[in-house]
Amino acid sequence: MSPTRKNLLDKVWDAHTVRELPGDQTQLFIGLHLIHEVTSPQAFSMLREMDRPVRFPERTFATVDHIIPTESQARPLADDLAEEMMQALERSTAEAGIEMFGPEKGEQGIVHVIGPEMGLTQPGMTIACGDSHTSTHGAFGAVAFGIGTSQVRDVLATQCLTLARPKVRRIEVTGRLASGVYAKDVILAIIRELGVKGGVGFAYEYGGPVIEAMTIEERLTVCNMSIEGGARCGYINPDDATIEYLRGRKYSPEGEAWDRAEAYWRGVASGPGAHYDERVTLDSSTLAPSVTWGINPEQSISIDEKLPRVDAVSAENQPSIEEAYAYMGLSPGEPIIGTKIDVAFIGSCTNGRISDLREAAKIAQQGQVPAHVKALVVPGSQAVARQAEAEGLPEVFRAAGFQWREAGCSMCLAMNPDKLVGREVCASSSNRNFKGRQGSPTGRTLLMSPAMVAAAAIRGEVSDVRELLQ
Amino acid sequence: MSEVIRKRIEGRGCVLRGDDIDTDRIIPARFLRCVTFDDVGEHAFEDDREQAKGDHPFDDERYRGANIMIVGQNFGCGSSREHAPQALMRSGFDAFVGGSFAEIFFGNCTALGLPCVTLSPGDLSALMDSVTVGPDEQLKVDLEAREVHHRGTGWALAIPDGIRDQLLEGTWNATAVLLGAGDAIEETAKRLPYVTGFSA
Repeated sequence: MSPTRKNLLDKVWDAHTVRELPGDQTQLFIGLHLIHEVTSPQAFSMLREMDRPVRFPERTFATVDHIIPTESQARPLADDLAEEMMQALERSTAEAGIEMFGPEKGEQGIVHVIGPEMGLTQPGMTIACGDSHTSTHGAFGAVAFGIGTSQVRDVLATQCLTLARPKVRRIEVTGRLASGVYAKDVILAIIRELGVKGGVGFAYEYGGPVIEAMTIEERLTVCNMSIEGGARCGYINPDDATIEYLRGRKYSPEGEAWDRAEAYWRGVASGPGAHYDERVTLDSSTLAPSVTWGINPEQSISIDEKLPRVDAVSAENQPSIEEAYAYMGLSPGEPIIGTKIDVAFIGSCTNGRISDLREAAKIAQQGQVPAHVKALVVPGSQAVARQAEAEGLPEVFRAAGFQWREAGCSMCLAMNPDKLVGREVCASSSNRNFKGRQGSPTGRTLLMSPAMVAAAAIRGEVSDVRELLQ
Repeated sequence: MSEVIRKRIEGRGCVLRGDDIDTDRIIPARFLRCVTFDDVGEHAFEDDREQAKGDHPFDDERYRGANIMIVGQNFGCGSSREHAPQALMRSGFDAFVGGSFAEIFFGNCTALGLPCVTLSPGDLSALMDSVTVGPDEQLKVDLEAREVHHRGTGWALAIPDGIRDQLLEGTWNATAVLLGAGDAIEETAKRLPYVTGFSA
């Protein structure tokens, strides 16, 4: 294929191909490997059993995020199991010579927040991590995807994976976002349109004027939820915004190396006549703030819509809609606006960055969290927390009745003390509304943008954030 | 390094109906607070089973001892946790027949030598009905012949050629295969400008 016909995925894939394997498999070199405490301990154990060293320790970086408590990170952690996992990671990384961003260094955070903010995540890389939201890093024009623990072992042992090259679907987002409509609403609309399994076998390339106008942090939100649409990997071509974001970061190149880096980064973007296996266009002009009402991220509606009728979907999808209604305790034809909430959660690898907290704070300062609502703000990293503190955001949130916490995954997945209780309803800026996801087997999650969560928090019910924006 | 060849998986089926069953349901996150996979099998589908009050296939006496799970569309979506296939493997399952599988789950299963094969919607429905009626009868997933057999009927299964080869040849445990590239790994790394720090 001529270079101008190649898309970014093809260019990056070809550059990282160690060799073709039988069938449709490629041995692919992984340029950046990120690890955390949940999916790596068993991988290190397997490596020890095989008596193999870590092959490229300088290409793996570690942090702790899933299990860390957000009320106090003081050691030893209150939960013995969490402390054991953290110690296992500290021991394994020290033995292997892997850089570990622990809380004591002030560099800890959610793995998908710290990679970008440190400049580790760069265009034209292959990136793997034992976490499905690794797709986040595609915002820089990297080919980034989640893997399981046996594959973490393979990357540690060989810096490679065996993979089949995905097809590429170009998703063109046209129009212009209205006030109160955010990157979160764009990706929820894409998933609603293409479905939670629409992306299986594909990498998603997001483009078009709306994506190009987005900041890097907004692009991270979009790419983060590619996996919720079934696409293991989603990416955006690097451009001026990408280059400017990377300038001066801890791991960004400097001097003449910077100039060569910039040339490489720009060169990996899809060519003007790039080939795609499929193309889809989404007009964003009519988008309104979105809210999920069901038990997978495709089950969302606009804030001003009514919940769908069961017979409005195809026969094969009806059982899952019925299951969702039964679990959520909602009924077809009802509005979603006005649904009472018990908990509000602002944070996660989807929406725990400084721009998310700024947008939420603008809304939070207009009201007061009612007594029946527990509202948490959890910065995505210690660096995000420091920036927020410098801007006075914790005071804004506290004054409005929110709790300001320390960095971690928190209530996105409830592997730490932050959990729903019973059938609580949570307005959440995270990425998954699966049954039981937020820690209570019967807990209920409504996904929305951080500004929408803030609006729900101060009104005690699902609300239209546009009413609070001047 | 285990090199087990998977040509045929025989045994009995367990039908788990429903689409988009995610890995949080297969193994809730609270059971991921561990540094080994040893105990995850005990908690497979724990919350779903609790809520089904005995009406979950994992609690159905007729499926006791089953080793092949029959599932719907997009099984294993969501989190990349290998704890999910580990939990099912440690509950006795060594193959999956479904409408479709989420990619990371599929890759994790392959890394454990657990075949995930797909059937067309019509065939899957027929297989589910057949196993529901005759759960004690032998179910066979034949990768070599690319067929699923139950009660005298055979249905054509699909599996990507490369994955089928790995299972048939016992090369599904990828570490040894990857190590086989030898110095080609370092040579590939040296060609990547960022690996060398964008030096001239």
